[in-house]
Amino acid sequence: MLGLNKRDFTLLLIVVALAMLAPFLLNPFPEGSAMAQFNAGYPDLMQKFVIYGIFAIGFNILFGLTGYLSFGHAAFLGVGSYSCVWMFKLLGYNVMPGILLSILTSGIFAYLIGVVSLRRSGIYFSILTLAFAQMSFALAYSVLSNPKFNLTNGETGLQVYSNDPQWLHSADKPDLPHLFGLSMRATHEMQLGAWQFQFNVGYYLCAIIMVLAFYLSIRIFRSPFGMMLRAVKSNNTRMYYTGLNARPYTLAAFVISGMYAGLAGGLLSAVDPLAGAERMQWTASGEVVLMTILGGTGTLIGPVLGSGLIKYFENIFSKINDSVLHSWFSFLPDGMEDFMVTIVHPFVGKGWHLTLGVLFMLIVIFLPGGLVQGGQKIRGLFTGRTEAEQAQADANQSTPAE
Amino acid sequence: MDAIILQILNGLDKGSAYALIALGLTLIFGTLGVVNFAHGAIFMLGAFCAVTLSKIFSISYQTIDETQTDFLGNPLKIETPYVEHWFGPEMGSALIDWSVPLAILFSIPIMISIGVIMERGLIKHFYKRPHADQILVTFGLAIVLQEVIKYYFGANPIPTPAPDVFRGSFDFSPMLGFEANSVIYPIWRLIYFAFSALIIGAVFAFLQFTTFGMVVRAGMADRETVGLLGINIDRKFTIMFGIAAAVAGLAGVMYAPINAPNYHMGMDFLVLSFVVVVVGGMGSLPGAVAAGFLLGILESFASTTWATTTIPGINQIIIYLVAIIILLTRPRGLMGKKGVMED
Repeated sequence: MLGLNKRDFTLLLIVVALAMLAPFLLNPFPEGSAMAQFNAGYPDLMQKFVIYGIFAIGFNILFGLTGYLSFGHAAFLGVGSYSCVWMFKLLGYNVMPGILLSILTSGIFAYLIGVVSLRRSGIYFSILTLAFAQMSFALAYSVLSNPKFNLTNGETGLQVYSNDPQWLHSADKPDLPHLFGLSMRATHEMQLGAWQFQFNVGYYLCAIIMVLAFYLSIRIFRSPFGMMLRAVKSNNTRMYYTGLNARPYTLAAFVISGMYAGLAGGLLSAVDPLAGAERMQWTASGEVVLMTILGGTGTLIGPVLGSGLIKYFENIFSKINDSVLHSWFSFLPDGMEDFMVTIVHPFVGKGWHLTLGVLFMLIVIFLPGGLVQGGQKIRGLFTGRTEAEQAQADANQSTPAE
Repeated sequence: MDAIILQILNGLDKGSAYALIALGLTLIFGTLGVVNFAHGAIFMLGAFCAVTLSKIFSISYQTIDETQTDFLGNPLKIETPYVEHWFGPEMGSALIDWSVPLAILFSIPIMISIGVIMERGLIKHFYKRPHADQILVTFGLAIVLQEVIKYYFGANPIPTPAPDVFRGSFDFSPMLGFEANSVIYPIWRLIYFAFSALIIGAVFAFLQFTTFGMVVRAGMADRETVGLLGINIDRKFTIMFGIAAAVAGLAGVMYAPINAPNYHMGMDFLVLSFVVVVVGGMGSLPGAVAAGFLLGILESFASTTWATTTIPGINQIIIYLVAIIILLTRPRGLMGKKGVMED
């Protein structure tokens, strides 16, 4: 189906179902109940899930397949965001040209950086990409926002002002990002008993694009091109000896993953038309690495899971404060309650980064394959097969179809 | 001419910090073959050793002086630090004033034990894993360390002044034959430079002239053979990790008065120090030190008004630009050896 084998098609269907039904799935708790704070089914957060999902899927095409660890992917995210906002400023609030331009510019940007960085590998490659990203960040933050040539608007962030040309803007179009007249902020609310579900145009646009991006990444993973990238990862030297030049393949992977990052950046601007330089900072590059590793490097579904989980933690964990903690542990005796709250306190609220760091270390130490490997281990416990056998079985299953 | 000397001096203090951190990074890389992304966090911990000591010294108790009143008419509360109470007012205030230099003594054992615990507890398990995994786990550790510091000390920079004697600036001009006040330089930064030169010298002397250092150098060259000779090379390398941590920590302690420490200062320095290590050549100690000073001085030259008006923004990108050029023209860095980190 669609050029995929049965397993991949099932996976795609699962992702489609998850993405389309997210407003239901992420709102399992009724309004006003004590657990309602764990609901994630509101537009802002769901948009972040899918947008960062795209970012991580793209990163995984580079890191998961070729093993080149780029520490500068946020630069492409930032370039994408800026291009999209520039389209808003010049043409008007329709998101389509913005998204297309952001893919294009980040692709060009990735090509230029890739040509230079890919001349080295290993840690040198990581440092080179990091250096380029930090340079772009520094430039976007300061120099490119001088009054004569204001490309990024510096610290304030690039946004649309009322005196911008917006040549294609007409009075009947909404004054916010829209898709051919359909505002990205438009939300349909559905009340179902005690539950309230929100269906947001921006979210569904991002979700559909995410599904397309995911489909494309499956095709890349299963194509001869993807096979070639895996060969780069497993043994670069041997590839050279067989007479193949790995450079064009890795460069193509780098550009593709840069375009994914640019697309994610464009979508970030499409749902919220304000692009700041901090999106390019190296912490943002670190975040996408975390997402990919957490989910499972080199797996298809891993990056989507990882980005969803991290964004969920970021939003939910940072909302938990001491009074919430007290209500959780209220069943304990007084002394114990305070004690538990003191222990948990550093990990929630403003301290969620600490949880993230600890979680990340645990994953790298015990589950280098990420959540996907964890899932396989659990499945192994039930079926009584070891991971290696399972991988073998999976491989056998997929061979005939290819 | 005086402007050039001034810029070189300005570059020295940042260059010293880069050189010290890069030296530690290279030591760890050369001995253990681990790419340590948590090294910046160790630098930051060092700076917070200074903060902690000055905070401990200024813990005080309140006494109520009935004879005086504050502006609300209440009896005046006087805060007296415990150290002044115990050691007498003069000695006590001197201790508070000198808390940063004293923190050097206090931080050496702490930093060495942090280094050893890190190596034995975590990094030991990562020798056989790919470099990407080492980068990731130490990156995670760096996040954890800086978040812990943020939790206890808050997110704002904490000013930690140098002793009063070292405040103010030193005028080099008469010495060099320029007119007065054309080349002036803060005393503490001079001390920082001298101190780092001392530490760098000590580390090199230690490696060059002691038996321990000889064994470590032999281990860097050929770990297996040294192991076969019946030397417990792992233990020596663990101690080297501790020393590398102490070097970074001391760099942090002394840096505290220059820039008020905050929890993410380590990350800011780490990125640049990695660039320094790569420019100097992975695994080369003299290369790391030379590149550290070189890039520090280049950065300060790029920050002059002349440079920033000619090429706007050059001060922020110069280091990365130099790194990119060097990596592309001399792939092994300035003094890199063959066969280090090459796939």
